[in-house]
Amino acid sequence: MARYILRRLAFLLVSLALASVVLFVLLRLLPGDPANALTSVGAAPEQIAAARHSIGSDRPLPEQFAHWIGQLASGDLGTSFISSLPVGPEVGARLRVTVPLTLAAFVLAVLIAVPAGFLAAYKRRTWYGALLNGVSQLGIAVPVFWLGMVLIAVFALNGGWLPAGGFPQDGWAEPAEAMRSLVLPVATIALVMSASLIRYVRSATLDVLGSDYLRTARALGSSFGRAMWRHGLRNAAVPVISILGIELASTLLGAVVVESVYALPGLGSLLATGIAQHDYPVIQGVLFVSTLAVLLIGFAADILQRIIDPRLRGRLSGGAR
Amino acid sequence: MNITKISLYSGAALLGLTLTACGGGAGGSGAAGGAYDKNATVNIGSLYEPQNLDNTAGGGQGVTEALNGNVYEGLFKLTDTGKVEKLLAKDYKVSPDGLTYTFTLRDGVTFHSGKKLTSEDVKYSLEKVLAKDSQSARKSNLEVVKSIATPDARTVRVRLSKKSISFVYNLSYVWIVNSQAKNLKTSEDGTGPYRLRKWTRGSALALDRFAGYWGGAARNKQAVFHYYKDATALNNALLTGAVDVVTSEQSPDALDQFKNNQNYKVSDGNSTTKLLLAFNDKAKPFTDVKVRQAVSSAIDDKKLLESVWGGYGKLIGSMVPPTDPWYEDLTKVNAYDPARAKRLLAEAGYKKGFTFTLETPNYDPHPIAATFIKSQLAKVGVTVKINTITPDQWYTKVYQNRDFTATLQEHVNDRDLVWYGDPNFYWGYDNKQVTQWVDQAEQASTTAEQTRLLKKVNRKTAEDAASDWLYLYPQIVVANSKLSGYPVNGLNSQFYAYDIKKG
Repeated sequence: MARYILRRLAFLLVSLALASVVLFVLLRLLPGDPANALTSVGAAPEQIAAARHSIGSDRPLPEQFAHWIGQLASGDLGTSFISSLPVGPEVGARLRVTVPLTLAAFVLAVLIAVPAGFLAAYKRRTWYGALLNGVSQLGIAVPVFWLGMVLIAVFALNGGWLPAGGFPQDGWAEPAEAMRSLVLPVATIALVMSASLIRYVRSATLDVLGSDYLRTARALGSSFGRAMWRHGLRNAAVPVISILGIELASTLLGAVVVESVYALPGLGSLLATGIAQHDYPVIQGVLFVSTLAVLLIGFAADILQRIIDPRLRGRLSGGAR
Repeated sequence: MNITKISLYSGAALLGLTLTACGGGAGGSGAAGGAYDKNATVNIGSLYEPQNLDNTAGGGQGVTEALNGNVYEGLFKLTDTGKVEKLLAKDYKVSPDGLTYTFTLRDGVTFHSGKKLTSEDVKYSLEKVLAKDSQSARKSNLEVVKSIATPDARTVRVRLSKKSISFVYNLSYVWIVNSQAKNLKTSEDGTGPYRLRKWTRGSALALDRFAGYWGGAARNKQAVFHYYKDATALNNALLTGAVDVVTSEQSPDALDQFKNNQNYKVSDGNSTTKLLLAFNDKAKPFTDVKVRQAVSSAIDDKKLLESVWGGYGKLIGSMVPPTDPWYEDLTKVNAYDPARAKRLLAEAGYKKGFTFTLETPNYDPHPIAATFIKSQLAKVGVTVKINTITPDQWYTKVYQNRDFTATLQEHVNDRDLVWYGDPNFYWGYDNKQVTQWVDQAEQASTTAEQTRLLKKVNRKTAEDAASDWLYLYPQIVVANSKLSGYPVNGLNSQFYAYDIKKG
């Protein structure tokens, strides 16, 4: 297991290095010029050249890349072209919105989906089993922004119980206000995420319910609950963990839509602004940090699966069978 | 969006394509009277977050909105009616040849850092706008400055290389900054009625009343600009009381919910933002005046305005909005007349019509306008291919490389008729006579003379259909009815917060 973790860690570092090269190069291939965001109509060619020079986008690409990697190595994400603010603290500030938002939504989604998915499988022949299944199908079809608008209309505009959007300017220094402003966004993401999770939990449970080992355990005298607990849960957990890892990672960046609907200053909105302005240091900073997060989540999911299922330990990655 | 405001970037960050020109506007909507809370916090909702806090370093439209007049002041200011008034300049004299301006500074002015204002700071601030790396939209207007002298701490003497009647007006855009201040992209040191408390990127910018202000204190204790990327989210914030006022309503569909609600007041102010169908006057077939006139006559601007803004906005027949001194109603020139359009096309040799590509920025109202134009021109046999582009592409392809036949764009500023005098501007209108008039107008000795010449420019460019001016935007401010004293015209995106009273 220790050897596996080392190999998996090396894999992570190589992926990260490759990802940073790819993301640096791809960004530069995009049409457009960051100097455009700094100049105004009526700008003379010299003004545009001066803007390029001031942000260093007139230097050769390899030099720019070496500069960026050098900064990264010393833990510095660089400085925004447009605002001149250091990117690191900026990303940190946005993470203080996005991470609580994502984690809370994730936990809530799991709390909804695991019991509901199990029930939908175990009681699939009852009316409420079928209803759960139907509702989750419907939930998958609902666009996040639409659900957000509906929740705002009901709970903020009509009810007036919760803010329609925004985040306190002083952030978590006003904990009650900060939490209140996250209630609707968390609910929005959790509802949509749990809809698809329910389906995975349901199908994993169905696999287990139809398995030979469960029947054997029952034949040997285990109660249903005990057989499920000792044998079923572990087996069902392995594929679900893969999905959970992917869902968590995609929510981290996918929160951009929800952040826009609720006017939250999160990582996604920073990325969107950065892209619109060709603010390379900001885009690189956000994508580097989120790539790292996604790789770490995958790493944790793989390790967790191998702890649960010893049969996987020979394989480098993956786990859904 | 617009070319000054060119909100290029969906909502928030604008490519600050600030077109030069003028503006002004402080003041406020009447209402008021009565008691108000001197220590209120006014929450202002906006779609235009500054990109940074320096207007000579590409801060964009948002920085003008939040900081102009609130945090920074110029030697002069523009009032809500577009008039130039003395602000940090107590007085000024112009030499008989019109080339030397001597400014006397107001006494007792201190920067937020506590330092006293001196002539050195004025010199520094002007030089900052003129510096090589300056991104100021006023740079080209102020290049007539030849030298700046500071005979004493309260006197600044500026010599110009040629006469410039707009010089004082242009100075209202030059922030007077403490010459020793550092990091102006992320902090400030101005002389205005507010000081910056905190800027949280992506969220809000808070201003606190400055106790050491030289003039009358702000009528509220704190003004906070809250930034939204989405017009619906902004309207929701107003509906739930999270903001008290929206600086510029961009979503006409949302107006009904405020119009018929006594808790809100909708003001329809004077805007200077024009929607243009800008031809490339150097590209075929728009090199031909008749083709430009034909296209202008083939489009029913009134119907377009109706469908985009309902009852709001105005029709214009040229680049000049009614608030500019050289305004004349030219809506009759090249007015809607499809029969005339067909006749002109035939005369120009396009009896069977022609096909052209319309470069269309991807944000409202351009796509709607493009579709409308396409259907209108189809009726006179002209085929429009719509090419949707991002603001950044517009800037590179159209503005810099002139690689276009026709485009749609908003031009925000007042007094921007003068661009037709520059044959190198992106639309390529090149008329020696017009260039000369514009030049003479700038060197005129009296505003009457300036106005007379620019009226000629106005009429000539309108008759030539240099561009097709589709309509003038409305400037709509929606506020909670407890609020009064806010600017309603927001000319050139300024939003003076210091007179706002919250009841």
